[in-house]
Amino acid sequence: MTSAAPPYRYVGHSVLRREGADKVTGRAIYIDDRATPGCLHAKTLRSTIPAGRIRAIHFPPHIPWHEFTIADARDLAENVVALILDDQPVFCDGIVRHLHEPILVLAHPDHGKAEEAVRAIRVDYDEEPGVFDIGPGPVMKSYRIDHGEIDAAFAESDVVLEGTYQTGAQEHVYIEPNGFIAEWKNGVATLRGSLQCPYYVHKAVMRALGLPAEKVNVIQETTGGGFGGKEDFPSVLGIHAALLARKSGKTIRLMYNRNEDMASSTKRHPSRSLIRTGCTRDGKLLALDFEFLIDGGAYSTLSAVVLSRGILHGSGPYRWKAARLVGHCHFTNSPPYGAFRGFGAPQSQFAIELHLSRLADQLGIDPAELRRRNFLHRGDVLPTGQILAEDPNLEAMLDRALDISDYHEKRKKPRGGGSGVGVSATLHGTGFTGNGEVYLASKVAVEARADGKATILVASTEIGQGTETIFSQMVAEALGIPIGDVVFHRPETDRVPNSGPTVASRTCSVVGRLVQRAAEQLRDRLSGASIADHVRRHGVAREEAVYTPPPGLVWNEDSYRGSAYGAYSWAIMVAETTVDPVTRAPKVEAIWNTTDVGTIINPVLAIGQMEGGIAQAVGWATCEQVVLRKGAMANGQMTNYIIPTSADAPSIVVEFMENPYAEGAYGSKGVGELPMDGPASAIVAAINHAADAGLAHIPATPEDLLS
Amino acid sequence: MIHTPIQFSLNGEKRSVAAHPMEPLLDVLRRECGATGTKYGCGEGECGACSVIINGELAMSCMIPACQAADATIETIEGLARDGELHPVQQAFLETGGAQCGICTPGMVLAAVQYIRHPERSPGGAAEALEGNLCRCTGYSAIFRAVELARSRMESA
Repeated sequence: MTSAAPPYRYVGHSVLRREGADKVTGRAIYIDDRATPGCLHAKTLRSTIPAGRIRAIHFPPHIPWHEFTIADARDLAENVVALILDDQPVFCDGIVRHLHEPILVLAHPDHGKAEEAVRAIRVDYDEEPGVFDIGPGPVMKSYRIDHGEIDAAFAESDVVLEGTYQTGAQEHVYIEPNGFIAEWKNGVATLRGSLQCPYYVHKAVMRALGLPAEKVNVIQETTGGGFGGKEDFPSVLGIHAALLARKSGKTIRLMYNRNEDMASSTKRHPSRSLIRTGCTRDGKLLALDFEFLIDGGAYSTLSAVVLSRGILHGSGPYRWKAARLVGHCHFTNSPPYGAFRGFGAPQSQFAIELHLSRLADQLGIDPAELRRRNFLHRGDVLPTGQILAEDPNLEAMLDRALDISDYHEKRKKPRGGGSGVGVSATLHGTGFTGNGEVYLASKVAVEARADGKATILVASTEIGQGTETIFSQMVAEALGIPIGDVVFHRPETDRVPNSGPTVASRTCSVVGRLVQRAAEQLRDRLSGASIADHVRRHGVAREEAVYTPPPGLVWNEDSYRGSAYGAYSWAIMVAETTVDPVTRAPKVEAIWNTTDVGTIINPVLAIGQMEGGIAQAVGWATCEQVVLRKGAMANGQMTNYIIPTSADAPSIVVEFMENPYAEGAYGSKGVGELPMDGPASAIVAAINHAADAGLAHIPATPEDLLS
Repeated sequence: MIHTPIQFSLNGEKRSVAAHPMEPLLDVLRRECGATGTKYGCGEGECGACSVIINGELAMSCMIPACQAADATIETIEGLARDGELHPVQQAFLETGGAQCGICTPGMVLAAVQYIRHPERSPGGAAEALEGNLCRCTGYSAIFRAVELARSRMESA
């Protein structure tokens, strides 16, 4: 840590994870831990072809169907999983667009009989040819950003370099699979689930079942990991479970096993980036022509937003005289790709960063030095026309990272000598893009209650990243009360205001700012009295805060110009890898990271975000290969989809260089996604150094290095 | 399913449960004993979320048929904390950030306890001892710090 001692009692301190004792003792109740006597077990019938039409569904007579509750599209008010464009049906509408698409759901008191029944149903199809590559399918969404005179900038360039870079799909592998429990009582659906965004499920269930807001209550249970995988996907389970509960009148238990979860759930979008750059002989970047293509899968879900964030980060933390960034997302017959930590930015920054490492080699300039010559500073103009208001201290961050990693010594090792080093520099915009936060209009509340405690009411979920702890720290700080007198109310749509989804590195900085404001309003209202005294005299006090954009933050959605984000977080990554001389297996030995995410609210939790994100990026870069067959994951088991184990984990060194952001909670910026952006390109650059290779894709496997 | 009575010792208590002989011990512990701290993660012995200690050996309970647990001595996460006091390994996980989402934590804590009891079985250290327990949140660094912290405290205690 390079920061001065924080002036606060709670903020900046490693307060113990508030729900941590429940987790280390096994007392924490996850969705599958909740007992539901008398329940029905639900199973989903899924398509076995990727594209075509359903001709007939046969229910064989040896199954006693009267014992089952069966629900399909006919039981819905509207056959839609409401999200953005509303093109995804809850159940196949006669047309199959991807493998494992839900056709119907059924439920039975005996779990084994439910499984047997779903296996017994036979579906006749008219199969049609599917589209499984980026390109031939229709375009779902395109974006374009133009900055400066691109042709003139290329004409001015001494060196022009082109490259194509590809990234594979990635499965989240939260260790807890998706699960929901639904009850239907007196016309009200109560849903409990493992999820990131209670109000996404709430909206989707309302629409699909035709229910008013007050007839649906969504409760988040302790959630065993999300990483974006439980952003929109749980809406599907929520609808299925609620529908069966309404139809049967019984409690419904819908728990995915690992294979069903991996095969049918969302993944990180595969990408292909075509980059052409122009620069001077001494490495001054002039022109960037970037075409960014992603596979959206069969329905639009969140893909347009992923595409947007991808191209908005494609120019990296650098000054370009001119840039053209074009993004296209294509439909295919894969299950919809979805949110995964970084949300498009890891893909585009993998491409630009690896490209710059190649460019440095071509110019004969050290890759770290090439970056240093082009870093952004306050007042520089980003491709969208945004004038950078903050002053990123990238040179100091780079110096420090090179120093602690002994980069220059490692760089001297011969190409192909079995050990190599790579470097990257990346940025990540805090919160929703453009006017997204304005549209969300997030709301939070802090209440002074009769128990003498302050209660935080937000829909932002604790999914392991520390929401409950950091918000409690902020409220204790603002009110000047012991943290034990702060209560974090479980996210439950009947009880908490909509503080927006738990995504986009927005929880700490953006929602936290609202929590801080509400707590400060409450402090002013108490005017020195204790909560207990105030409540005794005046009753329960509630303070709310609603998002308002920081001054000067203007974005034009039509022209795609303006300030895309209020603040950016920055990271330097140095990776050291070895390549086994016999097996050619690359191994990431170490990652050194310097990071600016603004003020650190809780050092232990923040380091945990960086280390965990880096490890996920190591997996994405090396061992995690989604084998796609007919567009869907064929290796949907932990046996053959390999994530890093403790034996694979590199040594990770994280140092924070705090540069507070005035509009973020206590000076904080976004944390969670940044560590996903930089490691992969640094790792592949290091592998190319170690093996004298020219890899331009991930995962980088031993097979790639054998050929 | 035909259920037969099976007896074992769970965290020092004699238990008699009704289970199908080939049912995974994981399901028996969760359903019959209410020991829901033992988690399902993959059902095929890959992730270690269901780890328990049986007759002194760390084992994945999703891969053990209930009949094999007959007369066994089983330790689960529920048996570690005594009189409301966290076990030193639990305390260390809490302090270092070794638990984030927490779903791998019970199994990981038991694997760490087992490693500290028998370090000689893992010449490669904690990285080797915990290899069978997957964590997707931490990148393992904080878990290694927890193991070291707990070990040093237990040695000096």
